[in-house]
Amino acid sequence: MFSEFQSIPTWVALVAHSILALSMALAGWRIWKGPSIPDRIVALDLLSALIMGQIVLSITHSGFISSLDVATAIAIIAFLATVAFARYLENKDAPL
Amino acid sequence: MTILASIIVLAGALFSLIAALGIVRMPDLYCRMHAATKAGAFGLSLILIALCLIIPEPRVIIQSVLIIIFFYLTTPIAGQMIGRAATLRGIPFWKKIKSNPESLSRETE
Repeated sequence: MFSEFQSIPTWVALVAHSILALSMALAGWRIWKGPSIPDRIVALDLLSALIMGQIVLSITHSGFISSLDVATAIAIIAFLATVAFARYLENKDAPL
Repeated sequence: MTILASIIVLAGALFSLIAALGIVRMPDLYCRMHAATKAGAFGLSLILIALCLIIPEPRVIIQSVLIIIFFYLTTPIAGQMIGRAATLRGIPFWKKIKSNPESLSRETE
């Protein structure tokens, strides 16, 4: 916890959180609706980036700088998941 | 400094919204990939830069720079691998596109 800093105004954090939540809803719509599996994988990749954005934005408001480790872990896991899905889709028997 | 950080945070959130709008509105898997990878990575790095402006601690700055470098290294690799898998499996291109995708997929096989 890092306490001596001047935070951004509350309404700015609220507006940015709302915009990111709307983006997450749009990405979730593509995951739900997407006509093929690669569409869903791309939307999942974007969704992980948006979750990282939410975490970093909450750090700018609250000062819990330990949450940056969570963002780093999510970045690594999202990259590995995307590569694994892509390698799986190259298989001829995998459903699309 | 707070005003500058607020502007950068709002810009990053708007870039993320542009990425999500692109992933909903684009007509094709490949166009959606283009929108999601570039704009999403840029929005996230803008929010991380705003965090570095607000809390100028060495640990925060080093870790933010590492996250930005890692994200910009891995996002093109992931996009290329998804695009390669989709092309090999024959995901259709957009109808209005000029080049012929069937010759491309025959070449790669």
